[in-house]
Amino acid sequence: MSAAADPVFEPVVGRYLNLELLGKPHRLYIEEAGEGIPLVCLHTAGSDSRQYRAIMNDPEIIKDFRVIAFDMPWHGKSSPPAGWHTFEYTLTSRDYVEMILTVCDALSLDRPVIMGCSIGGRIVLHLGLQYPERFRALIGLQTGAHAEPYYDLQWLHRPDVHGGEMAAGMVAGLIGPAASEFDRWETLWHYSQGGPGVFRGDLYFYTVDGDVRDKVEGIDTSISPLYLLTGEYDYSCTPDDTQALAESIEGAEATIMQGMGHFPMSEDPEGFLSYLRPVLAEIGKD
Amino acid sequence: MKPESIERLPELANGDAWLTHRGRFLDVSLMLEVGDTQYLIRIREGGVESVERGPFVMPGWAFALRASEEDWDTFWRASPPPGYHDLVAMLKFKRLVLDGDPYPFMTHIRYFRDLLGRLRQGAVT
Repeated sequence: MSAAADPVFEPVVGRYLNLELLGKPHRLYIEEAGEGIPLVCLHTAGSDSRQYRAIMNDPEIIKDFRVIAFDMPWHGKSSPPAGWHTFEYTLTSRDYVEMILTVCDALSLDRPVIMGCSIGGRIVLHLGLQYPERFRALIGLQTGAHAEPYYDLQWLHRPDVHGGEMAAGMVAGLIGPAASEFDRWETLWHYSQGGPGVFRGDLYFYTVDGDVRDKVEGIDTSISPLYLLTGEYDYSCTPDDTQALAESIEGAEATIMQGMGHFPMSEDPEGFLSYLRPVLAEIGKD
Repeated sequence: MKPESIERLPELANGDAWLTHRGRFLDVSLMLEVGDTQYLIRIREGGVESVERGPFVMPGWAFALRASEEDWDTFWRASPPPGYHDLVAMLKFKRLVLDGDPYPFMTHIRYFRDLLGRLRQGAVT
């Protein structure tokens, strides 16, 4: 995105939704743009819905799709629940699934398309296993069935280290060479703004609790088709991880995106849209 | 990477005021190992004070970064392939070993990524 010559509003509208979530009152920030088939977008660990800014500004997509992205509790402009200062945030598979279903129900969405990146891609697999009939299609970005940690995650949350600089520092190399400087550093700014321990709490799901290696072959793509898009330079979820996943699920389609890394929609928006538009066109035909 | 290029690190890095500013709380000696060749790099308040080529007898350092000559050469290409394009990627695929105290490296990961990036082909004219 480049700066406009004249001030201009984007078609994106943000609102706060007050709802009961995981047994507690929550105030959740939700953005949306467009009309048509609902497309719910799930951000990566330690970031927020701004990652999907390009999709919500793409005229071709928003004429046919109602693109919706919410900041998970603790992320972006969504608050943590009351009492957050008394315990450590840890994301589990069960809570993540329940959160997504609760938000979809609160918005009365009829069989939305669900698209997530990284932890968001992983939970798409869980949804495909447990609730395929609730989703028109599943899109996993940077998606593997499991990820091993490759550094000590304690570094992300300790009082003597700046959490935001640490998080951005650790994910910076995950961005591919196709990214512009502007979008690279926009993506890293989101990481710099994460709350204490939130990125690490998300990675509990990514590296421990969300492991679905022994279950993924049970995903029935005849109920909800599964599309996998992965950036070539991602070393967190590698192209090989995604290819292995696709080979274990009958009917899954995998595409490797050239020059991109772990945050395709945010690091290289135009490049990513060239891969996403054909997928959405196919989903829109059904 | 030719040894003289690594030994030019002070002039390659110290002219970058934003880099040295970001390292202003950093006083550390690190051992960079390119295959069997050792380079002792001393950093003072974010500037590269000296680079000394080994072999050494009893060198003192806080942490060491070790990789084969081939892997460093690939990392320092103008457009390195996936898996060689970043220090953390090199760590993940066990091409790079971080030894010693990880604290200065981890708390200044952006600094060290940029510092060693100054040795990349075409990074500095």
